[in-house]
Amino acid sequence: MVKIKYIEHNGKEHVVEVQNGLTVMEGAVQNDIPGIDADCGGSMSCATCHVYVKEDWYNKLPKKEMGEDDMLDQAYEPNSNSRLSCQIMVSDDLDGLSVYMPEKQV
Amino acid sequence: MIKTDAVIVGAGPTGLFCAHQLGIIGLTCEIVDNLDKIGGQCIELYPDKPIYDIPAVPECTGEELTNSLLEQIKPFNFNFHLNDRVQELTNENNNWIVKTTSGKKFQTPNVVIAGGVGSFEPRKFPTKSAEKFDGTAVLYSIKDKTIFKDKSVAIFGGGDSALDWAIELSNTSKVSLIHRRDEFRGAPSSVKKIKELSEKNIINLFTKYSIKDVKGNGSLEEVEIKSEDGESKLLKVDYVLGFFGLIMQLGPIAEWGLNLDKKAIPVNTENFETNKKGIFAIGDICTYPGKLKLILSGFHEGALAARGCFKYARPNEKYRFEFTTASNTIKDRLGVK
Repeated sequence: MVKIKYIEHNGKEHVVEVQNGLTVMEGAVQNDIPGIDADCGGSMSCATCHVYVKEDWYNKLPKKEMGEDDMLDQAYEPNSNSRLSCQIMVSDDLDGLSVYMPEKQV
Repeated sequence: MIKTDAVIVGAGPTGLFCAHQLGIIGLTCEIVDNLDKIGGQCIELYPDKPIYDIPAVPECTGEELTNSLLEQIKPFNFNFHLNDRVQELTNENNNWIVKTTSGKKFQTPNVVIAGGVGSFEPRKFPTKSAEKFDGTAVLYSIKDKTIFKDKSVAIFGGGDSALDWAIELSNTSKVSLIHRRDEFRGAPSSVKKIKELSEKNIINLFTKYSIKDVKGNGSLEEVEIKSEDGESKLLKVDYVLGFFGLIMQLGPIAEWGLNLDKKAIPVNTENFETNKKGIFAIGDICTYPGKLKLILSGFHEGALAARGCFKYARPNEKYRFEFTTASNTIKDRLGVK
Protein backbone atom coordinates (compact mmCIF):
# COMPACT_ATOMS: atom_id res chain seq x y z
CA MET A 1 0.00 0.00 0.00
CA VAL A 2 1.30 3.43 -0.94
CA LYS A 3 -0.24 6.85 -0.68
CA ILE A 4 -1.13 8.54 -3.95
CA LYS A 5 -2.44 12.06 -4.29
CA TYR A 6 -4.90 12.77 -7.11
CA ILE A 7 -5.43 16.46 -7.78
CA GLU A 8 -8.49 17.51 -9.72
CA HIS A 9 -8.23 20.33 -12.24
CA ASN A 10 -10.01 22.64 -9.79
CA GLY A 11 -7.33 21.93 -7.19
CA LYS A 12 -9.32 19.51 -5.03
CA GLU A 13 -7.00 16.87 -3.60
CA HIS A 14 -7.74 13.23 -2.87
CA VAL A 15 -5.17 11.17 -1.00
CA VAL A 16 -5.83 7.44 -1.08
CA GLU A 17 -3.93 4.26 -0.32
CA VAL A 18 -3.46 2.12 -3.38
CA GLN A 19 -2.31 -1.46 -3.35
CA ASN A 20 0.91 -2.46 -5.08
CA GLY A 21 0.22 -4.08 -8.43
CA LEU A 22 -2.78 -1.93 -9.25
CA THR A 23 -2.42 0.92 -11.70
CA VAL A 24 -2.77 4.59 -10.80
CA MET A 25 -5.95 4.56 -12.95
CA GLU A 26 -7.43 1.68 -10.94
CA GLY A 27 -6.59 3.48 -7.71
CA ALA A 28 -8.74 6.39 -8.86
CA VAL A 29 -11.62 4.33 -10.23
CA GLN A 30 -11.84 2.04 -7.17
CA ASN A 31 -11.92 5.04 -4.87
CA ASP A 32 -14.52 6.93 -6.92
CA ILE A 33 -12.18 9.82 -7.61
CA PRO A 34 -13.66 12.01 -10.35
CA GLY A 35 -11.59 13.14 -13.33
CA ILE A 36 -10.32 9.81 -14.63
CA ASP A 37 -12.77 8.12 -17.00
CA ALA A 38 -10.82 5.08 -18.22
CA ASP A 39 -13.37 4.27 -20.92
CA CYS A 40 -11.44 1.32 -22.33
CA GLY A 41 -10.77 -0.20 -18.92
CA GLY A 42 -6.99 -0.04 -19.03
CA SER A 43 -6.12 -1.59 -22.37
CA MET A 44 -4.30 1.52 -23.63
CA SER A 45 -6.97 1.92 -26.30
CA CYS A 46 -8.38 5.31 -25.37
CA ALA A 47 -6.90 8.39 -23.78
CA THR A 48 -9.38 9.06 -20.98
CA CYS A 49 -7.17 8.28 -17.97
CA HIS A 50 -4.74 11.04 -18.90
CA VAL A 51 -2.84 12.72 -16.04
CA TYR A 52 0.03 15.18 -15.71
CA VAL A 53 3.00 14.26 -13.53
CA LYS A 54 5.43 16.98 -12.46
CA GLU A 55 9.10 16.52 -13.44
CA ASP A 56 10.37 15.30 -10.05
CA TRP A 57 8.03 12.32 -10.16
CA TYR A 58 7.79 12.02 -13.95
CA ASN A 59 11.45 11.09 -14.17
CA LYS A 60 11.12 8.45 -11.45
CA LEU A 61 8.24 6.63 -13.14
CA PRO A 62 8.89 3.57 -15.28
CA LYS A 63 9.32 4.79 -18.87
CA LYS A 64 6.45 4.83 -21.33
CA GLU A 65 6.02 1.69 -23.36
CA MET A 66 5.44 1.65 -27.09
CA GLY A 67 2.02 2.99 -27.97
CA GLU A 68 1.44 5.18 -24.93
CA ASP A 69 2.59 8.36 -26.68
CA ASP A 70 0.47 7.46 -29.70
CA MET A 71 -2.60 7.30 -27.46
CA LEU A 72 -1.57 10.50 -25.68
CA ASP A 73 -1.65 12.30 -29.06
CA GLN A 74 -5.38 11.71 -28.83
CA ALA A 75 -5.78 12.98 -25.27
CA TYR A 76 -7.19 16.34 -24.19
CA GLU A 77 -4.32 18.88 -24.07
CA PRO A 78 -1.36 16.53 -23.70
CA ASN A 79 2.11 17.90 -22.94
CA SER A 80 5.53 16.51 -22.08
CA ASN A 81 4.35 15.76 -18.52
CA SER A 82 1.47 13.64 -19.73
CA ARG A 83 0.99 9.98 -18.87
CA LEU A 84 -1.82 7.49 -19.16
CA SER A 85 -2.55 6.52 -15.57
CA CYS A 86 -3.50 2.97 -16.63
CA GLN A 87 0.13 2.46 -17.62
CA ILE A 88 1.62 3.46 -14.25
CA MET A 89 1.90 0.39 -12.04
CA VAL A 90 1.86 1.11 -8.32
CA SER A 91 4.88 -0.09 -6.30
CA ASP A 92 6.66 0.97 -3.09
CA ASP A 93 8.77 3.37 -5.18
CA LEU A 94 5.69 5.46 -5.91
CA ASP A 95 4.79 6.25 -2.29
CA GLY A 96 3.82 9.92 -2.19
CA LEU A 97 3.21 10.28 -5.96
CA SER A 98 1.01 13.19 -7.03
CA VAL A 99 -0.89 13.19 -10.30
CA TYR A 100 -2.76 16.16 -11.77
CA MET A 101 -5.90 15.71 -13.83
CA PRO A 102 -6.55 17.61 -17.05
CA GLU A 103 -9.55 19.93 -17.28
CA LYS A 104 -11.48 17.08 -18.86
CA GLN A 105 -10.89 13.70 -20.46
CA VAL A 106 -13.19 13.89 -23.48
CA MET B 1 -41.51 3.97 -40.85
CA ILE B 2 -39.85 0.58 -40.41
CA LYS B 3 -41.72 -1.82 -38.11
CA THR B 4 -39.59 -4.36 -36.29
CA ASP B 5 -39.54 -6.48 -33.12
CA ALA B 6 -36.40 -4.79 -31.80
CA VAL B 7 -33.96 -2.02 -32.64
CA ILE B 8 -30.41 -2.70 -31.52
CA VAL B 9 -28.32 0.39 -30.86
CA GLY B 10 -24.70 -0.57 -31.51
CA ALA B 11 -23.15 -3.11 -33.88
CA GLY B 12 -20.36 -4.30 -31.59
CA PRO B 13 -19.99 -7.95 -30.56
CA THR B 14 -22.72 -7.68 -27.91
CA GLY B 15 -25.26 -6.15 -30.31
CA LEU B 16 -24.40 -8.71 -33.00
CA PHE B 17 -24.86 -11.70 -30.71
CA CYS B 18 -28.10 -10.27 -29.32
CA ALA B 19 -29.31 -10.09 -32.94
CA HIS B 20 -28.43 -13.76 -33.28
CA GLN B 21 -30.43 -14.62 -30.19
CA LEU B 22 -33.42 -12.61 -31.45
CA GLY B 23 -33.22 -14.47 -34.76
CA ILE B 24 -33.04 -17.84 -33.04
CA ILE B 25 -36.27 -17.19 -31.14
CA GLY B 26 -38.02 -15.95 -34.27
CA LEU B 27 -37.90 -12.18 -33.79
CA THR B 28 -36.75 -9.54 -36.26
CA CYS B 29 -34.43 -6.62 -35.59
CA GLU B 30 -32.76 -3.60 -37.16
CA ILE B 31 -29.24 -2.61 -36.10
CA VAL B 32 -28.08 1.01 -35.99
CA ASP B 33 -24.47 2.15 -35.51
CA ASN B 34 -22.80 5.53 -35.63
CA LEU B 35 -19.61 4.13 -37.18
CA ASP B 36 -19.36 3.42 -40.89
CA LYS B 37 -18.48 -0.21 -40.22
CA ILE B 38 -19.70 -3.15 -38.17
CA GLY B 39 -17.78 -4.30 -35.06
CA GLY B 40 -17.78 -1.44 -32.56
CA GLN B 41 -14.71 -1.07 -30.35
CA CYS B 42 -13.35 -4.40 -31.71
CA ILE B 43 -12.98 -2.80 -35.13
CA GLU B 44 -12.42 0.83 -34.22
CA LEU B 45 -9.99 0.43 -31.32
CA TYR B 46 -8.26 -2.92 -31.68
CA PRO B 47 -8.92 -4.71 -35.01
CA ASP B 48 -5.46 -6.33 -34.88
CA LYS B 49 -5.09 -6.93 -31.17
CA PRO B 50 -5.63 -10.54 -30.11
CA ILE B 51 -8.41 -11.36 -27.65
CA TYR B 52 -7.82 -14.41 -25.46
CA ASP B 53 -11.01 -14.75 -23.43
CA ILE B 54 -13.77 -15.66 -25.85
CA PRO B 55 -15.05 -19.08 -24.69
CA ALA B 56 -13.78 -21.89 -26.92
CA VAL B 57 -11.75 -19.45 -29.04
CA PRO B 58 -8.20 -19.49 -27.64
CA GLU B 59 -7.14 -16.46 -29.67
CA CYS B 60 -8.72 -14.16 -32.22
CA THR B 61 -8.46 -10.54 -33.28
CA GLY B 62 -11.25 -7.99 -33.00
CA GLU B 63 -11.70 -8.21 -36.74
CA GLU B 64 -11.90 -12.02 -36.75
CA LEU B 65 -14.43 -11.98 -33.93
CA THR B 66 -16.59 -9.49 -35.79
CA ASN B 67 -16.45 -11.51 -39.01
CA SER B 68 -17.42 -14.71 -37.18
CA LEU B 69 -20.36 -13.03 -35.47
CA LEU B 70 -21.52 -11.64 -38.81
CA GLU B 71 -21.26 -15.09 -40.35
CA GLN B 72 -23.35 -16.45 -37.47
CA ILE B 73 -26.24 -14.01 -38.05
CA LYS B 74 -26.14 -14.20 -41.85
CA PRO B 75 -29.13 -16.59 -42.10
CA PHE B 76 -31.41 -13.93 -40.58
CA ASN B 77 -30.63 -11.19 -43.14
CA PHE B 78 -30.99 -8.39 -40.62
CA ASN B 79 -30.57 -4.81 -41.81
CA PHE B 80 -27.72 -2.61 -40.67
CA HIS B 81 -28.03 1.17 -40.59
CA LEU B 82 -24.45 2.39 -40.42
CA ASN B 83 -23.15 5.94 -40.21
CA ASP B 84 -26.35 6.74 -38.40
CA ARG B 85 -27.14 7.44 -34.77
CA VAL B 86 -30.31 6.91 -32.77
CA GLN B 87 -31.23 10.39 -31.71
CA GLU B 88 -34.65 10.27 -30.12
CA LEU B 89 -36.92 7.74 -28.42
CA THR B 90 -40.58 8.46 -27.78
CA ASN B 91 -43.29 6.16 -26.50
CA GLU B 92 -46.54 5.74 -28.44
CA ASN B 93 -49.12 3.13 -27.36
CA ASN B 94 -46.56 0.72 -25.90
CA ASN B 95 -44.31 1.08 -28.90
CA TRP B 96 -41.09 3.00 -29.14
CA ILE B 97 -40.68 5.40 -32.02
CA VAL B 98 -36.98 5.52 -32.76
CA LYS B 99 -35.60 8.40 -34.81
CA THR B 100 -32.09 8.54 -36.22
CA THR B 101 -29.89 11.46 -37.21
CA SER B 102 -30.38 10.69 -40.91
CA GLY B 103 -34.15 10.85 -40.47
CA LYS B 104 -34.99 7.12 -40.39
CA LYS B 105 -37.91 6.10 -38.19
CA PHE B 106 -38.59 2.75 -36.56
CA GLN B 107 -41.61 1.49 -34.68
CA THR B 108 -40.76 -1.24 -32.20
CA PRO B 109 -41.80 -2.61 -28.81
CA ASN B 110 -38.14 -3.15 -27.89
CA VAL B 111 -34.94 -1.13 -27.96
CA VAL B 112 -31.72 -2.88 -26.99
CA ILE B 113 -28.90 -0.49 -26.17
CA ALA B 114 -25.59 -2.19 -26.86
CA GLY B 115 -23.70 1.03 -27.18
CA GLY B 116 -20.38 0.21 -25.48
CA VAL B 117 -19.15 3.41 -23.92
CA GLY B 118 -21.23 5.55 -26.26
CA SER B 119 -20.80 6.62 -29.83
CA PHE B 120 -17.48 7.44 -31.41
CA GLU B 121 -17.04 11.13 -32.18
CA PRO B 122 -13.97 12.97 -33.43
CA ARG B 123 -11.95 14.65 -30.69
CA LYS B 124 -12.16 18.38 -31.18
CA PHE B 125 -9.73 21.23 -30.52
CA PRO B 126 -9.65 22.31 -26.88
CA THR B 127 -9.66 25.98 -27.93
CA LYS B 128 -13.02 27.70 -27.42
CA SER B 129 -12.48 29.98 -30.39
CA ALA B 130 -12.43 26.95 -32.72
CA GLU B 131 -16.12 26.27 -32.01
CA LYS B 132 -17.13 29.41 -33.88
CA PHE B 133 -15.76 27.96 -37.12
CA ASP B 134 -16.75 24.35 -36.44
CA GLY B 135 -18.09 22.78 -39.64
CA THR B 136 -17.10 25.69 -41.86
CA ALA B 137 -13.37 26.43 -41.59
CA VAL B 138 -12.49 24.13 -38.68
CA LEU B 139 -13.07 20.51 -39.73
CA TYR B 140 -12.51 17.06 -38.26
CA SER B 141 -13.19 15.03 -41.38
CA ILE B 142 -13.09 15.71 -45.11
CA LYS B 143 -16.09 15.13 -47.30
CA ASP B 144 -15.08 17.17 -50.33
CA LYS B 145 -11.38 17.76 -50.82
CA THR B 146 -11.89 20.17 -53.73
CA ILE B 147 -12.78 23.00 -51.29
CA PHE B 148 -9.09 23.15 -50.29
CA LYS B 149 -7.78 23.78 -53.81
CA ASP B 150 -5.35 26.74 -53.83
CA LYS B 151 -6.09 27.43 -50.15
CA SER B 152 -3.91 27.43 -47.05
CA VAL B 153 -4.62 24.54 -44.75
CA ALA B 154 -3.28 23.82 -41.25
CA ILE B 155 -3.48 20.14 -40.35
CA PHE B 156 -3.07 19.05 -36.71
CA GLY B 157 -2.26 15.50 -35.66
CA GLY B 158 0.36 12.77 -35.94
CA GLY B 159 -1.56 9.71 -37.06
CA ASP B 160 -2.38 8.28 -40.46
CA SER B 161 -5.36 10.56 -41.14
CA ALA B 162 -3.27 13.68 -40.53
CA LEU B 163 -0.30 12.44 -42.56
CA ASP B 164 -2.34 11.04 -45.45
CA TRP B 165 -4.34 14.24 -45.84
CA ALA B 166 -1.23 16.41 -45.52
CA ILE B 167 0.39 14.47 -48.37
CA GLU B 168 -2.76 14.43 -50.49
CA LEU B 169 -3.67 18.09 -50.04
CA SER B 170 -0.08 19.27 -50.60
CA ASN B 171 -0.70 18.64 -54.32
CA THR B 172 -3.17 21.47 -54.61
CA SER B 173 -3.00 23.45 -51.34
CA LYS B 174 -0.46 25.16 -49.13
CA VAL B 175 -0.22 22.73 -46.21
CA SER B 176 1.16 23.22 -42.71
CA LEU B 177 1.35 20.11 -40.54
CA ILE B 178 1.46 20.66 -36.80
CA HIS B 179 2.09 17.92 -34.24
CA ARG B 180 2.72 18.02 -30.50
CA ARG B 181 5.90 15.90 -30.61
CA ASP B 182 8.50 15.06 -33.24
CA GLU B 183 7.52 11.42 -33.58
CA PHE B 184 4.56 10.37 -35.68
CA ARG B 185 2.40 7.34 -35.19
CA GLY B 186 1.44 7.03 -38.88
CA ALA B 187 2.76 4.43 -41.31
CA PRO B 188 6.58 4.67 -41.73
CA SER B 189 6.23 5.27 -45.47
CA SER B 190 3.95 8.27 -44.85
CA VAL B 191 6.31 9.66 -42.21
CA LYS B 192 9.17 9.39 -44.71
CA LYS B 193 7.11 11.13 -47.39
CA ILE B 194 6.18 13.96 -44.99
CA LYS B 195 9.85 14.51 -44.14
CA GLU B 196 10.73 14.64 -47.86
CA LEU B 197 7.94 17.13 -48.58
CA SER B 198 9.09 19.21 -45.62
CA GLU B 199 12.71 19.25 -46.84
CA LYS B 200 11.51 20.39 -50.26
CA ASN B 201 9.46 23.12 -48.54
CA ILE B 202 6.26 21.75 -50.04
CA ILE B 203 4.84 21.20 -46.55
CA ASN B 204 5.55 23.45 -43.57
CA LEU B 205 6.21 21.09 -40.70
CA PHE B 206 5.88 22.30 -37.10
CA THR B 207 6.63 19.67 -34.49
CA LYS B 208 6.36 20.21 -30.74
CA TYR B 209 3.61 22.73 -31.37
CA SER B 210 -0.08 22.64 -30.54
CA ILE B 211 -3.04 24.90 -31.24
CA LYS B 212 -3.43 28.04 -29.16
CA ASP B 213 -6.11 30.09 -30.89
CA VAL B 214 -7.97 30.57 -34.14
CA LYS B 215 -8.69 34.10 -35.29
CA GLY B 216 -10.85 35.79 -37.85
CA ASN B 217 -13.64 38.26 -38.29
CA GLY B 218 -16.47 36.35 -39.88
CA SER B 219 -14.19 34.04 -41.82
CA LEU B 220 -11.11 32.28 -40.50
CA GLU B 221 -7.89 34.20 -41.05
CA GLU B 222 -5.16 32.90 -38.77
CA VAL B 223 -4.29 30.06 -36.48
CA GLU B 224 -1.93 30.62 -33.58
CA ILE B 225 0.25 27.73 -32.50
CA LYS B 226 2.35 27.43 -29.35
CA SER B 227 5.31 25.38 -28.25
CA GLU B 228 5.48 23.97 -24.75
CA ASP B 229 7.89 26.65 -23.56
CA GLY B 230 5.36 29.28 -24.54
CA GLU B 231 6.71 30.50 -27.88
CA SER B 232 3.92 31.13 -30.36
CA LYS B 233 3.61 31.58 -34.11
CA LEU B 234 0.82 32.90 -36.32
CA LEU B 235 -0.05 31.09 -39.54
CA LYS B 236 -2.31 32.61 -42.18
CA VAL B 237 -4.79 29.90 -43.12
CA ASP B 238 -8.18 29.36 -44.72
CA TYR B 239 -8.88 26.01 -43.10
CA VAL B 240 -7.88 24.22 -39.90
CA LEU B 241 -8.16 20.43 -39.81
CA GLY B 242 -7.86 18.34 -36.64
CA PHE B 243 -7.20 14.59 -36.67
CA PHE B 244 -6.91 13.45 -33.05
CA GLY B 245 -8.74 10.16 -33.32
CA LEU B 246 -12.12 9.33 -31.91
CA ILE B 247 -13.49 9.62 -28.41
CA MET B 248 -16.52 7.90 -27.02
CA GLN B 249 -19.46 10.05 -25.97
CA LEU B 250 -22.67 8.85 -24.37
CA GLY B 251 -24.42 11.39 -26.60
CA PRO B 252 -28.22 11.31 -26.96
CA ILE B 253 -28.56 8.16 -24.79
CA ALA B 254 -28.27 10.49 -21.79
CA GLU B 255 -31.48 12.26 -22.90
CA TRP B 256 -33.80 9.25 -22.96
CA GLY B 257 -34.88 9.39 -19.33
CA LEU B 258 -32.91 6.31 -18.33
CA ASN B 259 -31.35 5.98 -14.91
CA LEU B 260 -27.61 6.54 -15.19
CA ASP B 261 -24.80 5.53 -12.87
CA LYS B 262 -21.76 7.52 -14.03
CA LYS B 263 -21.72 6.62 -17.72
CA ALA B 264 -23.51 3.28 -17.36
CA ILE B 265 -27.18 2.25 -17.35
CA PRO B 266 -28.40 0.20 -14.38
CA VAL B 267 -30.37 -2.91 -15.38
CA ASN B 268 -31.93 -5.91 -13.69
CA THR B 269 -30.08 -9.19 -14.20
CA GLU B 270 -33.17 -11.19 -15.16
CA ASN B 271 -33.61 -9.71 -18.62
CA PHE B 272 -31.38 -6.60 -18.61
CA GLU B 273 -34.29 -4.22 -18.86
CA THR B 274 -33.69 -0.63 -17.74
CA ASN B 275 -36.05 1.56 -15.72
CA LYS B 276 -38.06 2.02 -18.95
CA LYS B 277 -40.32 -0.78 -20.13
CA GLY B 278 -39.05 -2.27 -23.38
CA ILE B 279 -35.63 -0.62 -23.23
CA PHE B 280 -32.82 -3.02 -22.50
CA ALA B 281 -29.12 -2.33 -22.01
CA ILE B 282 -26.40 -4.91 -22.56
CA GLY B 283 -22.62 -5.05 -22.80
CA ASP B 284 -20.21 -2.39 -21.52
CA ILE B 285 -22.94 0.23 -21.24
CA CYS B 286 -24.99 -1.62 -18.59
CA THR B 287 -24.20 -1.99 -14.92
CA TYR B 288 -25.39 -4.24 -12.09
CA PRO B 289 -23.78 -5.74 -9.00
CA GLY B 290 -20.82 -7.84 -10.13
CA LYS B 291 -20.79 -6.48 -13.70
CA LEU B 292 -17.73 -7.53 -15.70
CA LYS B 293 -16.88 -5.62 -18.87
CA LEU B 294 -16.11 -8.76 -20.84
CA ILE B 295 -17.38 -9.66 -24.29
CA LEU B 296 -18.61 -12.98 -22.92
CA SER B 297 -20.75 -11.15 -20.35
CA GLY B 298 -22.24 -9.11 -23.20
CA PHE B 299 -23.18 -12.36 -24.97
CA HIS B 300 -24.99 -13.65 -21.89
CA GLU B 301 -26.74 -10.33 -21.37
CA GLY B 302 -27.84 -10.28 -25.02
CA ALA B 303 -29.29 -13.79 -24.81
CA LEU B 304 -31.43 -12.88 -21.80
CA ALA B 305 -32.45 -9.48 -23.19
CA ALA B 306 -33.66 -11.22 -26.38
CA ARG B 307 -36.03 -13.34 -24.27
CA GLY B 308 -37.13 -10.13 -22.55
CA CYS B 309 -37.95 -8.69 -25.98
CA PHE B 310 -40.07 -11.73 -26.84
CA LYS B 311 -42.57 -10.89 -24.10
CA TYR B 312 -43.36 -7.48 -25.67
CA ALA B 313 -43.04 -8.49 -29.33
CA ARG B 314 -45.32 -11.53 -28.99
CA PRO B 315 -47.58 -10.68 -26.04
CA ASN B 316 -50.06 -13.43 -26.91
CA GLU B 317 -47.50 -16.20 -27.32
CA LYS B 318 -45.70 -18.14 -24.67
CA TYR B 319 -41.93 -18.33 -25.06
CA ARG B 320 -40.68 -21.90 -25.36
CA PHE B 321 -37.08 -22.64 -24.53
CA GLU B 322 -35.40 -24.76 -27.20
CA PHE B 323 -31.92 -26.03 -27.95
CA THR B 324 -30.37 -25.31 -31.35
CA THR B 325 -29.19 -28.93 -31.49
CA ALA B 326 -32.70 -30.33 -31.21
CA SER B 327 -35.22 -27.78 -32.48
CA ASN B 328 -36.44 -28.11 -36.04
CA THR B 329 -37.99 -24.65 -35.85
CA ILE B 330 -34.61 -23.14 -35.07
CA LYS B 331 -32.94 -25.19 -37.79
CA ASP B 332 -35.48 -23.80 -40.25
CA ARG B 333 -34.70 -20.29 -39.13
CA LEU B 334 -31.01 -20.96 -39.63
CA GLY B 335 -31.67 -22.57 -43.00
CA VAL B 336 -29.95 -25.83 -42.04
CA LYS B 337 -31.31 -29.35 -42.29
